[in-house]
Amino acid sequence: MSDLIKKSASELAALIAKKEVSSREVTQAHLDQISKTDSLIHAFLYVDTDGALAQAELADKNHDARKSPLHGVPLALKDVLAQKGIPTTCGSKILEGWRPPYDATVVTKLKDAAVVILGKTNMDEFAMGSSTENSAYGPTRNPWDTDRIPGGSGGGSAAALAAFQAPLSIGTDTGGSIRQPAAVTGTVGVKPTYGGVSRYGLVAFSSSLDQAGPCARTVLDTALLHQVIAGHDPKDATSINAPVPDVVAAAERADVKGMKIGVVKELTGAGYEKGVADRFAESLAILESQGAEIIEVSCPNFRFALGAYYLIAPSEASSNLARFDAMRYGLRIGDDGTKSAEEVMSLTRDAGFGDEVKRRIILGTYALSAGYYDAFYGSAQKVRTLITRDFAAAYSKVDVLVSPTTPTVAFKIGEKSNDPVAMYLSDVATIPVNLAGVASMSLPAGLSEGLPVGFQIIAPAMKDDRLYLVGGALERELNSKWNGPLTHQVPDLVVR
Amino acid sequence: MPRISRDEVARIAALARITLRDEELSGLAGQIDGILDAVAVVQEAAGADVPAMSHPLEITNVTRPDVIVPSLTPEASLSGAPASEESRFRVPQILGEEA
Repeated sequence: MSDLIKKSASELAALIAKKEVSSREVTQAHLDQISKTDSLIHAFLYVDTDGALAQAELADKNHDARKSPLHGVPLALKDVLAQKGIPTTCGSKILEGWRPPYDATVVTKLKDAAVVILGKTNMDEFAMGSSTENSAYGPTRNPWDTDRIPGGSGGGSAAALAAFQAPLSIGTDTGGSIRQPAAVTGTVGVKPTYGGVSRYGLVAFSSSLDQAGPCARTVLDTALLHQVIAGHDPKDATSINAPVPDVVAAAERADVKGMKIGVVKELTGAGYEKGVADRFAESLAILESQGAEIIEVSCPNFRFALGAYYLIAPSEASSNLARFDAMRYGLRIGDDGTKSAEEVMSLTRDAGFGDEVKRRIILGTYALSAGYYDAFYGSAQKVRTLITRDFAAAYSKVDVLVSPTTPTVAFKIGEKSNDPVAMYLSDVATIPVNLAGVASMSLPAGLSEGLPVGFQIIAPAMKDDRLYLVGGALERELNSKWNGPLTHQVPDLVVR
Repeated sequence: MPRISRDEVARIAALARITLRDEELSGLAGQIDGILDAVAVVQEAAGADVPAMSHPLEITNVTRPDVIVPSLTPEASLSGAPASEESRFRVPQILGEEA
């Protein structure tokens, strides 16, 4: 294994800047690791070998212009973001073969920063799931234990990091799809404040909840990527027109002295595995020893969050996914000259969508239909208000909130795939964040029986820098105990 | 008593323009019922005095100066179309008459 691939993005960027190594060499090393390991892991749906090498050569040619602190560093892109000319499927058969004619704003920013895009990563179809088992192209495997799920929906983006196929990746988080995969793969993932990163070119699942964000193996790398992709975009009407919080400075300062850290009472206790609770308690002790004050806070309405989410997200999805109508792009089935547009549309949507997507479209259509709207969608929207009030009350007492990211470590592939409600519980601690639009990070807290445990930090809207102050401080102490990032303990992959 | 019958799922699927097969209908009816049971807890959460919230941000209309900027060419716009003709999307019949 090339030692280049074990390095962090900031280390690679420094080597490239000093011309000790070229972007092409770094990119080739990661492409080699992908071709060596991805038959087992299946993190990628598409590897853009030629395109990545061309981008790397361009980065080397423009070396002296140093476009960003990540100049020349490779990255894996979740397949829900449009990249011009590159297949973009969202893990769905309905978009098989579609090549977008334009770049998402996140992609434009990555290209402008001379970040090299290696390819597109696997995901639950249209980002609906917590395991990547809902991908139409087969599941991704967790590099820590290849019989287990890498989380979802961004399992490909997280597994690519843990398998050293890429030092950076982009995820999207509607109910936890960045943070839950980060937790179960021992990597770092941030869901920025809603509106902090442009959604232009991000295929919509639930527009009031979706947010793209940075993923990496270290807190500093995550901050550097956050800085590259964040900021106001006139092409997204919900993009916040305000300066990006200085997340890189916060990651470098990594100091919690005098901070008040609130433990969310409702996100601990029953339902959380012992190993998860133990690593969480140890992390709290570290933060306290570093000078933070730990305070228990109650957010009583969080117990309604999962229910509200599984009404709001499917409702918005049922509307957003109406665009897959077999007319303008993607799959078209049954157009034999005898069928109407409506028949073709209905046949195509049955053939092109997988079970979970159909389940959520039906659920959302039901929740929005006359006679049920007030009882379901209307009630869920009120819960959203209550949860936002809980956050406001908590932040009047503390600077950030914390909890375990997930109640359990990675489960086995197939274990929950026939029980949608059990699968939905994977996101119980991450969902309140999306409903309120606040910012959140998951970072590794250690292992439980050989599998990673995630520590979640939640900051008020547009205070994303606080995630990095706390995450950076905790990581410094833990990494010194582990002699490096947790991912250095990933077992060697045995590719059969 | 189930909240949602097989016929109700079929009716909703038709509204959502998805032709579900028989075995899909039977499976989905039970699953949607289970999910509705799990999410019905939201009905106990808030009284009539709590306002609904549709979005984390206050949405305001965004405008820009009316200036012509480059956009996709017709070829690029049609590049992913299942069928096209004369710079237009070609679609199946929409009015029900013989083609």
